[in-house]
Amino acid sequence: MLELVTISTLNGVLYGMLLFLMASGLTLIFSMMGVLNFAHASFYMLGAFFGFQISQMLGFWPAFVIAPVLVGGIGALIERYGLRYVHRHGPVAELLFTFGLAFVIVEIVQMIWGKGPVDYRVPASLDFSAFTVFSTNYPAYKMFELLTAIAIFAVLFAVLTRTRVGLIIQAALTHPHMVAMLGHNVPRVFMLVFGVGTGLAAVAGVIAGPALVTQSNMAAALGPILFVVVVVGGLGSLAGAFVASLLIGLVQTFAVSINLSVADVLGGIGVAAPASGVLSDVWTVTVAQLAPIIPYLLLVLILIFRPVGLMGTREH
Amino acid sequence: MSDAASEAAKLPARGALYPAGVPALLRLAAPWIALAALFAILPAIFASGTALTMMSLMGIMIVFALSYNMLLGETGLLSFGHAVYYGRGGFLAVHAMNVVIHDRLPVPLPLIPLVGAFGGLLFGIIFGSVSTRRAGTAFAMISLGLGELVASSSLILRGFFGGEEGVSTNRTKLLPVFGLHFGPQIQVYYLIAAWCLVCMVLMYALRRTPFGRMCNAVRENPERAQFVGYNPGTVRFIAFALAGLFAGVAGALAAINFELVNSAAVGAEQSGLVLLAAFIGGTGNFIGPVVGAVLVTWLELMLSDVTEVWQLYFGLLFIGMVMFAPRGIAGLVMMHEPLWQARAYGSMLRLALTYLIALVPALALIAGLILVIEMAYHVSVKASEGPTISLMHVTLSTTSATPWVAAAILVAGGFFLFRLTWPLVGAAWHDAFMQAHGSPRAK
Repeated sequence: MLELVTISTLNGVLYGMLLFLMASGLTLIFSMMGVLNFAHASFYMLGAFFGFQISQMLGFWPAFVIAPVLVGGIGALIERYGLRYVHRHGPVAELLFTFGLAFVIVEIVQMIWGKGPVDYRVPASLDFSAFTVFSTNYPAYKMFELLTAIAIFAVLFAVLTRTRVGLIIQAALTHPHMVAMLGHNVPRVFMLVFGVGTGLAAVAGVIAGPALVTQSNMAAALGPILFVVVVVGGLGSLAGAFVASLLIGLVQTFAVSINLSVADVLGGIGVAAPASGVLSDVWTVTVAQLAPIIPYLLLVLILIFRPVGLMGTREH
Repeated sequence: MSDAASEAAKLPARGALYPAGVPALLRLAAPWIALAALFAILPAIFASGTALTMMSLMGIMIVFALSYNMLLGETGLLSFGHAVYYGRGGFLAVHAMNVVIHDRLPVPLPLIPLVGAFGGLLFGIIFGSVSTRRAGTAFAMISLGLGELVASSSLILRGFFGGEEGVSTNRTKLLPVFGLHFGPQIQVYYLIAAWCLVCMVLMYALRRTPFGRMCNAVRENPERAQFVGYNPGTVRFIAFALAGLFAGVAGALAAINFELVNSAAVGAEQSGLVLLAAFIGGTGNFIGPVVGAVLVTWLELMLSDVTEVWQLYFGLLFIGMVMFAPRGIAGLVMMHEPLWQARAYGSMLRLALTYLIALVPALALIAGLILVIEMAYHVSVKASEGPTISLMHVTLSTTSATPWVAAAILVAGGFFLFRLTWPLVGAAWHDAFMQAHGSPRAK
């Protein structure tokens, strides 16, 4: 039991940190431009595929650096020549633009790499077991993922709170006009934030790709959960996104390892489950099977009881 | 969007179309009678089996897209999970049909869409009550979350959703009406067409009621709507529930048409498709989603025959519309209405001429892009089938430089010439409006 809890906690924190790598960029972009980037998970997927392609040519470590920079560059270009143009049509058009973008990116990825998974493997230099907890060998690659995510989180935090650029970004979040008056190029700050945000998503893709399956449905699988994270945390709140990422990471990881159903619980107190009927599945479904829908249930609950999100302050 | 204002301005002109003495009711009904006649004779014009299937799908999509536009166009609610109500309507309908068959109930097939309507309405009420308190981005995200919730639970609740393979039925086993068993596609077409017409009339009528106007007010300015004495949340909720109802009808019609409903019906792809259809057609007019539904269904069936990457073209078309024509095809056409009203035929002709001039480089640009996409697709995915591809009966070799250079020239040259010719359109547009109104209007 203790073993299960330890391993699940480690995995949950890891998953949560990966979610936060993406949610942080998404939140920054949203607070700044008021655009919820629907294609954010697509940049994560691009990161994974670029990482795969570059590591085939140059090896994993160059890919680890080059892929996020490339994806961030693409993101910045899309902001400069797409999103900025669409801005004049209002927020709905911006959201729809990123929606179309997500659609197109999936198609392009399928066009280049096909629909099946690609063979993106853990690099040999990280393919060993880091330590043994009880009887389980914990792979070093997972520790590498975790440490990378934490390091990036620390750097991001330091840049945002301790440097001049971070100061300007923070000021542009709340007072874009004033920042522009002071002579800063606010559109360029937007472009920078969009580029860095998509680049962070790509980092998550590069490091998660070998551990998970790198294929063209990975964006569609992760994207909605990402939105759950930012809504549950509170739209526009970085701290909220952090808490919600960890929460959802842990909840989902733990749920997978619990093999309990309503019938088991009710059976314990002497209530028999109906044997058949259209809704008989409700009784026999286990918590582990429910794991994929738990984030969405959480979303609905949050919206009913605390519509601004865990740490959100403003209604949108 | 001053939709109401422009429509008010249109009214006298519309009345002038008919000679005096035609009863008001007939005037009101005339377009619908014409549409009914069109629906009735379409199978005679397009008689092939493929065409019949396609027109049935178009009818379903029209109802679905119009119901979606009750949210996006009328009330300003961007939903990413509208397929939930479509799928729920479909599943309830298919289960209802199976119950009717099993228990030999005296229920004819044409009434089954009512079950779908009920299912859509029910879930519209349930999910609407949690999601319509907020609008804008928050609503969009909630609709996405609810959509995912239903889509992933559809794989868990196998009893209701039938797991991977879905739930099937047999539409011919229900009580026959006037000797019709609805086995042949032509009978199903007329069933769908009839329901499509009824739903169109109802949704159009709803748009013209005070409630429809309040929806527009809530879309434009919720605060002022509140001052007038309406709760924006309540208005959104009612609109949402009614949109669910019509989506449920569409889902039930789909269930009748395919005799099968599976979990894809509630999925994100279906939600995305209806968003694409409504938006490409144009969300600002009633006719927009109809145009979009017809076009998207046609493209879906035709393009998927011609090219395997048809969804990419679809996405690019959508992005192009969002960037350059956010009011959709109907919006583009309606832009010219003031000119038509002012009877400025001369300047319209000149405008049309400049369109033709700008169209040539635009087509070259598009042809170049298609060439690049098709060749890139062939090189990356189907390289094992040899280097030659056939495009529009022209055989090209993807390993030689010539087609790539040609494509590059088409793209770059088309883009450059388009940038040169587009100001001509702008100038003609400016002149036309000066002539029609005496004042320029920004395009």
